[in-house]
Amino acid sequence: MLRFLPAITLLVFLGPVAAGLAGTLLPAFGYLPALGGEEVSLAPWRRLAAAPGIGTAVRLTLTSGVLSTLLALALTIFVFAAGHGTQALTRVKRAMTPLLAVPHLATAVGLAFLIAPSGWLVRLIAPWPSGWQTPPDVALVQDHLGLALTLGLVLKETPFLVLMTFGALGQVRADDQLRMARSLGYGLVQAWLKVVLPLVYPQIRLPVYAVLAYSLSVVDMAIVLGPTTPPTLAPLVLRWFNDPDLAMRFQAAAGACLQFGLVAVAIGVWRAAEAALGCLARPWLSGGARGGAGTVARAAAWAGLALLFGLSSGSLLSLAIWSVAGRWRFPNAWPEQLSLERWADQAPALSGPAWTTLVVGIAAAVIALVLVAGCLENESRRQRRPAPGALTLIYLPLLVPQIGFLFGVQVLLVWADLDGGWLALIWTHLLFVLPYVFLALADPYRSLDPRYARSALALGRPPWVVWTRIKLVMLLRPILIALALGFAVSVAQYVPTLFAGGGRFSTLTTEALSLSAGGNRRVVGLFALTLAVLPLLGFGLALALPAWRFRHRRAMRVGA
Amino acid sequence: MMRALLTMVLGVLIAGPVAAEPWDATLAEARGQTVYWNAWGGDEQINGYIAWIGMQMRQRHGIELVHVKLTDTAEAVARVVAEKAAGRNEGGSVDLIWLNGENFAAMKAGDLLFGPFVEQLPNFRYVDTRDKPTTLVDFTVPTDGLEAPWGMAQFVFFHDTAVVAEPPRSIRALLDWARAHPGRFAYPAPPDFIGSTFLKHVLVELIADPAILQQPAESADFEAVTGSLWQWLEEIRPYLWRKGETFPVSGPALHQLLDDGEVDFSMAFNPAEASAAIGAGRLPESVRTFILDAGTIGNTHFVAIPFNAAHKAGAMVVADFLMSPEAQVHKQDPRVWGDGTVLDLDAMAPADRARFEALPRGIATLAPEQLVPVRPEPHPSWMVAIEAEWLRRFSS
Repeated sequence: MLRFLPAITLLVFLGPVAAGLAGTLLPAFGYLPALGGEEVSLAPWRRLAAAPGIGTAVRLTLTSGVLSTLLALALTIFVFAAGHGTQALTRVKRAMTPLLAVPHLATAVGLAFLIAPSGWLVRLIAPWPSGWQTPPDVALVQDHLGLALTLGLVLKETPFLVLMTFGALGQVRADDQLRMARSLGYGLVQAWLKVVLPLVYPQIRLPVYAVLAYSLSVVDMAIVLGPTTPPTLAPLVLRWFNDPDLAMRFQAAAGACLQFGLVAVAIGVWRAAEAALGCLARPWLSGGARGGAGTVARAAAWAGLALLFGLSSGSLLSLAIWSVAGRWRFPNAWPEQLSLERWADQAPALSGPAWTTLVVGIAAAVIALVLVAGCLENESRRQRRPAPGALTLIYLPLLVPQIGFLFGVQVLLVWADLDGGWLALIWTHLLFVLPYVFLALADPYRSLDPRYARSALALGRPPWVVWTRIKLVMLLRPILIALALGFAVSVAQYVPTLFAGGGRFSTLTTEALSLSAGGNRRVVGLFALTLAVLPLLGFGLALALPAWRFRHRRAMRVGA
Repeated sequence: MMRALLTMVLGVLIAGPVAAEPWDATLAEARGQTVYWNAWGGDEQINGYIAWIGMQMRQRHGIELVHVKLTDTAEAVARVVAEKAAGRNEGGSVDLIWLNGENFAAMKAGDLLFGPFVEQLPNFRYVDTRDKPTTLVDFTVPTDGLEAPWGMAQFVFFHDTAVVAEPPRSIRALLDWARAHPGRFAYPAPPDFIGSTFLKHVLVELIADPAILQQPAESADFEAVTGSLWQWLEEIRPYLWRKGETFPVSGPALHQLLDDGEVDFSMAFNPAEASAAIGAGRLPESVRTFILDAGTIGNTHFVAIPFNAAHKAGAMVVADFLMSPEAQVHKQDPRVWGDGTVLDLDAMAPADRARFEALPRGIATLAPEQLVPVRPEPHPSWMVAIEAEWLRRFSS
């Protein structure tokens, strides 16, 4: 059974991606018999090219997606270059995990509350010292350059890249390399950039591409923070999919293919730019300049980090305050009254979506864990690592834009009469949960000392018992972290819930997004806060449970 | 003969005891069903009212009501259309839709609706079809018993009396006002229905003969008829909030801007909405409503059942309860929602009538005699064409 698990896993989650892409590609060329498209034609593409605002939408998609990835990567690199090996960086790592756990939508809503012209930041400086009695008439969110969207993406993607870099550092023996460079007289920042970065970057290349793909195709964040007339491409395509005029679906399918193409081209160009930069930087890398203490770079890195933490926590705080605010007019910096009444009022409306979110999230995370742990155990028993290409396969659902294949998945589900059911919903979430669970669990699993298992086997225990009583228990901490991460990923899914749920399932994410159109900050804040808190609770449990379970095992404590 | 008898016996066995009244049969069939009601979900007061309906349905009829919250009613129409295209003629995922206007017209034209069913509903006899003709004619399209009237709406504008004492009362005056106060006026981006309805008001006031709007747009010269609308929109654009580079997403979002002091006006398709928002602490106490000198558009909103709905009996029971005096009086309470009733007060029992008459009006709500004249809705095809043209001009 175990030996077939890798194949089953790949089938379960690559099958839908492939079928979904086909199911999107065919309508894009006019073929979808159910809607009367019998012939292959280029008509959908002509309509796409003529769609109002399409050029602007593509431009906005590219600028916000590429710029946010560049900024997140730059901040990540500078944080490590400035802080490698310091206590401060360890604290940064701990603080990044909760930021990673908060769903994109919750961050987006909170950020909008914070930086809008009538938002909290402006309220703090109005009417004194700014002199504003009414909010300034500038678009600080939904601006037509997409800057607010870019900022929101940076807030969410930097923690992911920082945590992935931490993982990668262990694999390249960075400490030794760095010590060597330092002993040759290189400054801290220069040493990291010249010696560690060239080794680490290939390790975080896939995560960077995942960030790029995500930023280019994000929907929920773009609806809240992005421009609206026109929006970026992914929300525009989603709008076409929801149009009652069925002919629009062909145009939407073509748009979804264009989205896919944009991501593919962007990744390709990025790859080429990496190579070019590698060549161009060679004289600098080997030029021998030692650099100084790197004061400026350090100051910039810590300022960037401070801004990141400030905006992220300010966003969450403003969600919390709006959810209990009574009257709160501009330019007051604080609500006139606070009350918990709204939580009581909204409890019935909140509980349904919260349960759906919990059930789907837990189910998807547990299934993903079983598949991933099974695959890893199979690998360790057969003592064979999968080929490097397999990792790219695992990443595939993260590299393909969701809107690019979920329409095809929906067609498939309708055809199989599975749409709008729990199975379809959980399965679709699984596509995105599984890669993250794998990322979180693979390294700890592979680096567990094999001698524990060998000793137990030598003492006559069957493999099954060794697995459950020794390995899984020793790996309890990473397993729970992987579960919590999987759960957090599921909670945040918007487009998959929309397409697979057939409108019948509302999760906290879909609910918060549809309420955000209404503009009642109090209720939106309440839903978005709940949305943010659930994954944080998951991570809290993942940290607390092992601490309690191993309270009598000194060697199993953190840091041991 | 033998076979007919057998079929009959089997039919009775399967259906169980035959109910005396067809409506009782519907009630019996509805018990235990889960009704998926697709309704716009952008206003938590309305959501709260729908949740109350759900509670009543569970207690009275054993029906589980699920509110599928939409950001645009077109999403539900799209879903039904897609199901029809995929050949799913029964067991559809939408049981009940809150709609009117172009969405109804589209569904009716596409044979996507179940019915006629409305006259079978016991509470339909209370509906005031004589003095409220829009309960039978939806945006010039006859309802033909395919949608059950749910509420009466009329478009109103909000202003904060503490900032703007005397609001402009015509579309032309509004343009002058905006020129004098740049950045203080906004309308929601069509196809949001508040934004679209605002455009209709501009059009109705600027064209020579509004009667042409009662005919389908295809039969008229669209450019000639709507030219003055686009000219007006282009003229006001630089004086709009954010210079017309971005637009609020919905009516409630515009209320928030009014509360924040970012704009000086808002608008709603419900004369009592301002009072409700003031009561909920979402607008300042100094906000009042007004209508244009030429009047504003009034219409009726409805619920309809898709042709392939999986739970038609349950959906009919819900639609019937929505028209009951009890549900209607609760809806009209400005502390709940403040949506106008479709019923004829004279037709109902004196006790029910007294409950309607005892309702408070709300501090910002105009009296019925101030809400005149009521303008009719144009044919829905105008809206579709205007929304598309607006997107072409303002969203690229």
